[in-house]
Amino acid sequence: MLEVKNLTKYFGGLAAVQNLSFKVEKGQIFGLIGPNGAGKTTVFNLINGFYPPTSGEVLFRGEPITGRKPNEVCKKGIARTFQVVKPLSRMTVLENVMVSAFCRVNSINEAREEALEALEFCGLTHRQDSLAKSLTIGDRKRLEIARAMATRPKAILLDETAAGLNPAELDQAIFLIKKIREQGVTILIVEHIMKVIMSISDRIHAINYGQTIAEGTPQEVANNKSVIEAYLGEAYA
Amino acid sequence: MERKRQFKDFLPWLILAGLALVPLFLNNPYFLHMIIMVFIWVCLGQSWNLLGGFTGQVSFGHAAFYGVGAYAGGLLAFHFDASTWYGMILGPLMAMAVAVPMGLICFRLRGSYFALSMLALAELLRLIATNWISFTNGSVGILIVPTAGKVFYYYLALALAALSFSVIRGVVQSKWGFYFVAIREDQEAAESMGIDTTKYKLVSLLISAFFTGLTGAFYMNYMAFIDPSVVFALTDVSIMMILVVMLGGAGTFYGPAIGAVIMVIFSEVFRIYFGSANLLVLGVLIVLIIIFIPNGLMDIREYLTRRKYA
Repeated sequence: MLEVKNLTKYFGGLAAVQNLSFKVEKGQIFGLIGPNGAGKTTVFNLINGFYPPTSGEVLFRGEPITGRKPNEVCKKGIARTFQVVKPLSRMTVLENVMVSAFCRVNSINEAREEALEALEFCGLTHRQDSLAKSLTIGDRKRLEIARAMATRPKAILLDETAAGLNPAELDQAIFLIKKIREQGVTILIVEHIMKVIMSISDRIHAINYGQTIAEGTPQEVANNKSVIEAYLGEAYA
Repeated sequence: MERKRQFKDFLPWLILAGLALVPLFLNNPYFLHMIIMVFIWVCLGQSWNLLGGFTGQVSFGHAAFYGVGAYAGGLLAFHFDASTWYGMILGPLMAMAVAVPMGLICFRLRGSYFALSMLALAELLRLIATNWISFTNGSVGILIVPTAGKVFYYYLALALAALSFSVIRGVVQSKWGFYFVAIREDQEAAESMGIDTTKYKLVSLLISAFFTGLTGAFYMNYMAFIDPSVVFALTDVSIMMILVVMLGGAGTFYGPAIGAVIMVIFSEVFRIYFGSANLLVLGVLIVLIIIFIPNGLMDIREYLTRRKYA
């Protein structure tokens, strides 16, 4: 479905992502983990087209999308959310999602219908007429997902959707992510909160300093020596 | 609520009908002229507002499009003795032709490049129009014989204002309008939602340039005289357009119209009472606007109504 091949990105002399390869199967929830600054968001920006990679390739459904612009990647069927949420502040929640829906439809009415559906899906219907800037952080994260879903994606990149949520909201977020998978959408997720990533991922890829340190099932990765080392230091490994 | 919405729908038509009746009662050419100037500024304000207010791409040099629109007809008359009315077709098209390379170059970049490039473009065109005397007649300007009466110009200006208002309103309420506002609010988010931001900024610029050029062409016909310092003016056109929009409220439908009414009246009154110091007074006014109503007069209305319903 989504394949990353020897992806490398240098910012000046700094290798943010180095020779990274992984493969996400259709319908999978694929977790990408790593300590702060490991390069997770950079990987998203490379897939999504915000940065061109220094070298390497991104394949989506067998087709290379390397170097495509973000709007083209979105049209191909890869949607994303942002870790630092980017609501269109002075638009209402409904209008925010309508902008996304216009990715697939042209008329105002169709866009409104699609947007309402996405809001319903994410449990934001009651806030549809609020200005996006008035939302709580939890609702802003939902808005990110609603916007991504309204583009009718085949795959979705979730960047720390659960960060900053309280325990009740966390459970709702996990529920929502599982619901996205039930829609047949493949999910690539970056997450720091282990409760979330361990309980929902089919497969986890761990990176540090932009390089692969482990890949496997959540259980395998959790017990991997290099992963423990990267997170807790050598003394605990 | 339902009743109120219905009244709002009729309001533009009521205003239009009221304005259409004005020349039947008012024969004073001075007042007709003032209202025509208001219409001109409504068009210019709407044009700037689409790009600056809704799409978030601030231009410091919209006089470039205004001047090109005016000179298109003027040059036809100057070189070929043709009617300046052809300028009403050629002017807006020429303004768009000037806008295309500007957009293609500047909209790939973010930040203030576009605003400053527009400023440079307008000044550049002013200097060319001043110094290329064989082509433009230089600072002597282009003088034509007016071809119609004041009342005719009044109705034409009214039609232009209504056209620019309704077209831009239609655009803003369509898919394009949603895209424009999304680009203004967050360009990265807009891109990730499938919006080709460079393309849609260009679309917004072209519509804006079209109506600015059209208004410039009308000005040529109406005033029957243009020179580079009038139509390519930095303060009196480029900056004034921004002020009209800021005063009324950027990114609102009625803001530029309200701003146009107030600006035209104020600058006329200031000119009468303060003579050459009128710009100084205007400057003080601008400072007051920025301090007390940074979001424009439309914001005051919203502020009051929210208070009432709260």
